[in-house]
Amino acid sequence: MSLDDLYKEVILDHYQHPRNRGVLEDPDVATRGHNPLCGDEILLAVKMDGDVIKDIAFGGRGCSISQASASMMTESVKGQPITEASTLAGGFKELMSGSGSTDGLGGNEDLESLQGVKKFPVRVKCALLPWTALLEIIGIWENAPGHAAKAS
Amino acid sequence: MSSTPARDGAGNNPLDVAAIREDFPILKRMVRDKPLIYLDNAATSQKPRQVVQALVDYYEQSNANIHRGIHTLAEEATELYESSRARTAKFIGASGPDEVVFTRNTTESLNLVACTWAAEHIGAGDEIVITTMEHHSNIVPWQWLVQRQGAVLKFIEVGENGQIDLADVERLVTPRTKLVSMMHMSNVLGTINPVKEVAKIAHGNGALMLVDGAQSVPHMPVDVKDLDCDFLAFSSHKMLGPTGIGVLWGRRELLLGMRPFLGGGEMIDIVERQTSTYNELPWKFEAGTPNIGDVIAFGAAVDYLSALGMDRIREHEVEITAYALEKIGGIPGVRILGPKDAHDRGGVVAFTMDDVHPHDLGQIVDYEGVAIRAGQHCCQVLSTSIGVPSSARASFYIYNTNEEVDALVVALEGARAMFAGEEVAAVVAR
Repeated sequence: MSLDDLYKEVILDHYQHPRNRGVLEDPDVATRGHNPLCGDEILLAVKMDGDVIKDIAFGGRGCSISQASASMMTESVKGQPITEASTLAGGFKELMSGSGSTDGLGGNEDLESLQGVKKFPVRVKCALLPWTALLEIIGIWENAPGHAAKAS
Repeated sequence: MSSTPARDGAGNNPLDVAAIREDFPILKRMVRDKPLIYLDNAATSQKPRQVVQALVDYYEQSNANIHRGIHTLAEEATELYESSRARTAKFIGASGPDEVVFTRNTTESLNLVACTWAAEHIGAGDEIVITTMEHHSNIVPWQWLVQRQGAVLKFIEVGENGQIDLADVERLVTPRTKLVSMMHMSNVLGTINPVKEVAKIAHGNGALMLVDGAQSVPHMPVDVKDLDCDFLAFSSHKMLGPTGIGVLWGRRELLLGMRPFLGGGEMIDIVERQTSTYNELPWKFEAGTPNIGDVIAFGAAVDYLSALGMDRIREHEVEITAYALEKIGGIPGVRILGPKDAHDRGGVVAFTMDDVHPHDLGQIVDYEGVAIRAGQHCCQVLSTSIGVPSSARASFYIYNTNEEVDALVVALEGARAMFAGEEVAAVVAR
């Protein structure tokens, strides 16, 4: 296990050039997640078009792993039906906390690059922070009146 | 003031760091194929052989419950336990061993005061004054107390220089103030607070002064009579001793007037069906079988520090801190928190680096065998107040050297280069 298992080039690229970082005007759902241990914070907002995530943006602050994970997550779920986003979030949690399998990532190579994080237990929480926020957003959306969850 | 440490007094007789290092077996271990460089002493210190041996000796030779059995082992264990208390009392200049209460840690010591003295003496409209640099353990118990009692919690702000202003203390501490509680040395900023002067102001207003000595007692001479405080709390594990032992020192007349903390064995005198009377000081505050072995090992830690001399330890740390402030502060993009002069602070150097998150710094320097802390350091109020959500922190002790600071600086420069786009492999290979 070496340092470049963690700091892969694609991760540093997402950290230094984050995708979908910013503020969404008039979002349909927004949430704030934080990690009290390190002071990291994520602000996540989505605009929906029916059950599709039409637009998504994140803000806040965090380490390279949490920021890269947020960048990759937003890129992966933008334009996707919310059920797909939910499935992907499940796949990512499996990668971090379960079997470590990349099977649930649908061949998304950027996300697969975060596989090394699992070897650094303290950093798993960093990688999961944006996904936990996403799942919260999905929960809020599905429980909102008029947006009953579709069976998946 | 110059950043060069004074060369008079204790400076003529510096610590023999090489000899000290021989007493700490852990300093010989490798971390990720590099020699361990342990710079996380503000979190917990390493333990010398003498402390580990005291623990082993106790369990192998004298293990028994204290203050009860009439057999030889019980007498030995009691004698060893109470002897640790006596040496601790002497170490901080207490009037006697009966003023020293053993707890689990600094946090429990602070909670003890909150649940006993403060719960009885702080009522509706009364005020508690603390600072924004306090550790969560010196904030949360007071939040609970003021919520319960309808009292008010007031904060002394930290200035740009990382210090508090005595004029603010004068303004905030009033006859309504019942307690001023303040850390002696900040675990983030390193700041050494003027607790002696603050105690004067507190007493002038009829308030008590509690000093959180978790970071100061391990690193500099602390004498409760000189500080003229009312309570002092600190932990064994930050001063070469085992985890699981804290100390609460209190002025005898205060402790005598306080109700007990926890109820149970040892803390009682006579127990009847409906009521009980309580034991004498300090056992009134030590319900149940205490952590005997660790108290005894803590005594060995106190002996170790006493033999070195706290003034010499302080001198050593001023020197290494001045060196670290200069070297770490010289890295491009690094901003050091807290006072600029090593004489105004303890051996704690927290900093941020542009474009590299403290978590990443901690991870990368670990690959060079260097252990530092990253995060908020249990000081969220401070983080918010000074607008620094998290920082990396190197903290020093008796066994650290300038060469170790150099190794940290090389590792930090590696982290900077890596995030500036240099090949990871090239950085790791250094």
